[in-house]
Amino acid sequence: MSTLKLANANPGRKLFSSKVATTVVWVITVLWTVPTFGLFASSFRNKQDIFLSGWWHIFTNPHLTLSNYHAVIFGSSSSTLSDGVLPYLMNSIVITIPAVIFPVVIATMAAYCLAWVKFRGSDALFFFIFCLQIVPIQMSLVPLLQLFTGGAHIGSFTIIPKLGIAGHFAGIWLPHTMFALPLAIYLLHNFIASLPRDLMEAAYVDGANHFKVFRQIVLPLSVPAIAAFAIFQFLWVWNDLLVALTFASGTEEVAPINVKLASLVGQWGSGWETLTAGAFVTIAIPLIVFFSLQRFFVRGLLAGSVK
Amino acid sequence: MNSFLSTNAPKFEQVLIAIAAFFTILMVVFYLAGKANGRKQRPMAIVVLLGPAMILLSAGLIVPAIQTILFSFKDANSVKFIGFQNYSWLFANPDMRKVFFNTLLWIVVTPFATTALGLFLAIMLDRMKRESVAKSLLFMPMAISFVGASVIWKFVYDYAVPSKPQTGLLSAIVRALGFKPSNWILTQPLNTFLLMIIFVWVQTGFAMVILSAAIKAVPADIVEASALDGAHGWRLFKNITFPMVRSTTIVVFATMLVTSLKLFDIVRTMTGGNFGTSVISNEMYAEVFVRFDQGRGSALAVILFVFVTPILVYNIRNLRRERSIA
Repeated sequence: MSTLKLANANPGRKLFSSKVATTVVWVITVLWTVPTFGLFASSFRNKQDIFLSGWWHIFTNPHLTLSNYHAVIFGSSSSTLSDGVLPYLMNSIVITIPAVIFPVVIATMAAYCLAWVKFRGSDALFFFIFCLQIVPIQMSLVPLLQLFTGGAHIGSFTIIPKLGIAGHFAGIWLPHTMFALPLAIYLLHNFIASLPRDLMEAAYVDGANHFKVFRQIVLPLSVPAIAAFAIFQFLWVWNDLLVALTFASGTEEVAPINVKLASLVGQWGSGWETLTAGAFVTIAIPLIVFFSLQRFFVRGLLAGSVK
Repeated sequence: MNSFLSTNAPKFEQVLIAIAAFFTILMVVFYLAGKANGRKQRPMAIVVLLGPAMILLSAGLIVPAIQTILFSFKDANSVKFIGFQNYSWLFANPDMRKVFFNTLLWIVVTPFATTALGLFLAIMLDRMKRESVAKSLLFMPMAISFVGASVIWKFVYDYAVPSKPQTGLLSAIVRALGFKPSNWILTQPLNTFLLMIIFVWVQTGFAMVILSAAIKAVPADIVEASALDGAHGWRLFKNITFPMVRSTTIVVFATMLVTSLKLFDIVRTMTGGNFGTSVISNEMYAEVFVRFDQGRGSALAVILFVFVTPILVYNIRNLRRERSIA
């Protein structure tokens, strides 16, 4: 600790003085925050104000209203969003919860198996899964959609029957689970492989089988890694557009709020005022999750990227 | 409110049933497989623990990837083999050439911009006190979807005819400086760079957080010793700090490269691929789901895949090296 202090006190270490650095960082931080703030401020202004003057006029002419939020949440006959965004918000939650739980559990099982139940080729298999991480999901979209709508056949022989889950929630949970597995297995494997060997061996000696070890030792000890990945996956699913556009139709029944927001942007004549509040409703939950669980999220990112 | 409940309660019911079924099946399988004893125990464990992941990976990624490669040599409805016709059409079409050019521009500019800015911020943060608030705010856009970010920036890039008040921040600033604002999103090739700014805005926080952690992990005594030896400022960074964070920088750069290559949301939300801003990923979606040509769409997906293979090879070599050291 004292060396650290010494190093910090040593002017030789500094490329820039701390005052200059602080100023530069804060200038960039303000620049970085202004666009979000602008949208936030606009979301409390009424239609005329948004149309007639920039959001920065709220400082000189504060006329704040919650009417945009009211219209977006409960719907209004005057806007393009007659029913409000609540059904879509619910869809997002309904899509996200299983799309986080399924891959986390399946990946933890696989990661434990690859790390501790070694078999011929288990290293090569891990290697292969690691490589799958980088394959663009665009490579999967069309065949996977066909599988969901038509099943799989060789000639007239049916291998997998028509699943008929396209346009249902299951048809979105499944692709999200599939696409998440390579990264999840890789991250969790790194963590689980580093669990203390003695602990595992003691359990095996005591006669515990792999399932018992998995449930009673691996799962509880992996909570930090699982939490880190879960937050990462939560943000990924919530913020996803491509998978949802492909596998969920744009309807109120299944489409998540991010898809709805994207379609609002594309509609000519859907007012700015709807867009402002709609965007904030969309990003509110990930922002809350992000700010309250930032520590875990950063840990997850670090585990995934540095090594 | 009643109708709200009646339409949404069944959705949550589905979630509960799905999750309950998932865990029940797992528990039953675990119980039954746990009964196996002796020599059967190990293979049973491998099948049960690894099986679900392998089935999902095969059905969701491996088989579809092979199918997509096959589709790329077939016609629009994937019925007849037509050889390289999809590819030759893509490379001969001037609009598509523009799309490839744009994608190249994205993967050349944005990884450099995000990594460089992230590294710069990480160095600056290392020099300041009470960095956490600034760090959080710079990192915040990472939690916002590209669609949300596009809406935020649509307000910045908004343009009104000169007789009307400018409500977009960029137009207002340009006008305050005494210039004439233009219709930003329609101006080529400026619009592509404006879209890139959104990407940089979202992703720089990621680069910064990871590089900042790497810089903090550089042992203080090494820095101190070299400072005593007379290295400081730029030379200290170039000779000591940067070499120690180089591998992290490359990882961040590669991540940005892949993310920008697959980029879809920003282009689709901001311009729908119009006004000369489209990229491969957006065209792939448009070919398949708007123009209903699976052959061309699949060929575009394969081209994306070809773009990532160098990074794939690099990653494999890296992991090999790491393994051999460990």
